[in-house]
Amino acid sequence: MIALIGLIAGVVLGLVFHPGVPLWLQPYLPIAIVAALDAMFGGVRARLEGVFDEKTFVVSFVGNAILAALIVFLGDQLGVGSQLSTGVVVVLGVRIFSNAAAIRRKLFGA
Amino acid sequence: MTGADEPPGPGSGPPAKPEKAEPRPGTESEKAEDGPQAPGEAGKGEVPSATSRKPLSQLSDMLRPRLTRGQLAGGLLSLVFGFAIVTQVQANSHDTKFATARQDELVGILSDLTQRSERLRGDLRDLENTKAGLERDARGQTALEEARRRADDYGLLAGTVPAQGPGVEITVTDPRRAVRAANLLDALEELRDAGAEVVQIGDVRAGVDTYFADGPEGVLADGRFLPPPYRILAIGDPHTMATALGIPGGVVRTLRGLGAEVTVTPRARMTVSAVRSG
Repeated sequence: MIALIGLIAGVVLGLVFHPGVPLWLQPYLPIAIVAALDAMFGGVRARLEGVFDEKTFVVSFVGNAILAALIVFLGDQLGVGSQLSTGVVVVLGVRIFSNAAAIRRKLFGA
Repeated sequence: MTGADEPPGPGSGPPAKPEKAEPRPGTESEKAEDGPQAPGEAGKGEVPSATSRKPLSQLSDMLRPRLTRGQLAGGLLSLVFGFAIVTQVQANSHDTKFATARQDELVGILSDLTQRSERLRGDLRDLENTKAGLERDARGQTALEEARRRADDYGLLAGTVPAQGPGVEITVTDPRRAVRAANLLDALEELRDAGAEVVQIGDVRAGVDTYFADGPEGVLADGRFLPPPYRILAIGDPHTMATALGIPGGVVRTLRGLGAEVTVTPRARMTVSAVRSG
């Protein structure tokens, strides 16, 4: 519940303050967001399966976001940034879908 | 005093562990189906009971607010997450045009803009000079000059005054009589595209409404018969016009393909003496 409130508050804050993305963060923020989305779905799934652990959630959320951005940064330095970010998005997308499938199975039994 | 102001949240309760505090919100917003399970949850934690419950009650259990540190951390992360999403979406919604452009495209756009601003600055300077002159001018001398200059300009464009300047002279011999009106029109359009300001074909001064027609004995320009060889005088930048005429597949190639002999001679100074009566 608090997480949901936080999410809504974050969206409202973003709409109100209308912040610009700093230039150095521009290539990495989308990837970090996808990683965070994956962590979100993973957290909901764990909660539904009854194995939710707050520490794991926080660490995986922050860690995955930073790691994803780091991978893309490294790719940029190596000259394969766009390919690597595509790869990261694909992997995270697969994970998001499998998490969503687990959530769906839990909630609707289908 | 402080105890009366604060709501009786779990955080302000007795110094119990977060798990112990969980049934407390249940007293405020307890659902009927949660009732029997609440005591078991308090003692043993939520892990075994959550898996055995029905999905809907599971969902409502998940949505029930609990003020533990982990929940707060999750809420904070969600806040950051929502903020980041909105920020990124908004950053993505504008300036997609230049963000996706390649470097050489950007360089092209930039140099384009630089050129344009240079030209506009020149225009601005000219206009400011004119304005200053007009303001200084008591007896209307500058205004008169300006009007005369403008009349000259428009006369040149309309073809009512003779013109002098650098340009090209084009001679087209047509031994097989194969050159049609369309070819001469192409030549005229190409010259205009290349910046020709004054054009004379044969002894016809070209104006905005000049036309070419195929007559029984040859090409007519503005109703007058044009005997070959055709001689075209065009005032403008000689180099640009010569290049424009000579491009592959351009006017000169086409005319040569028809068996005509074409010579393009740049001239530093030439006179176009034919005028239009209108």
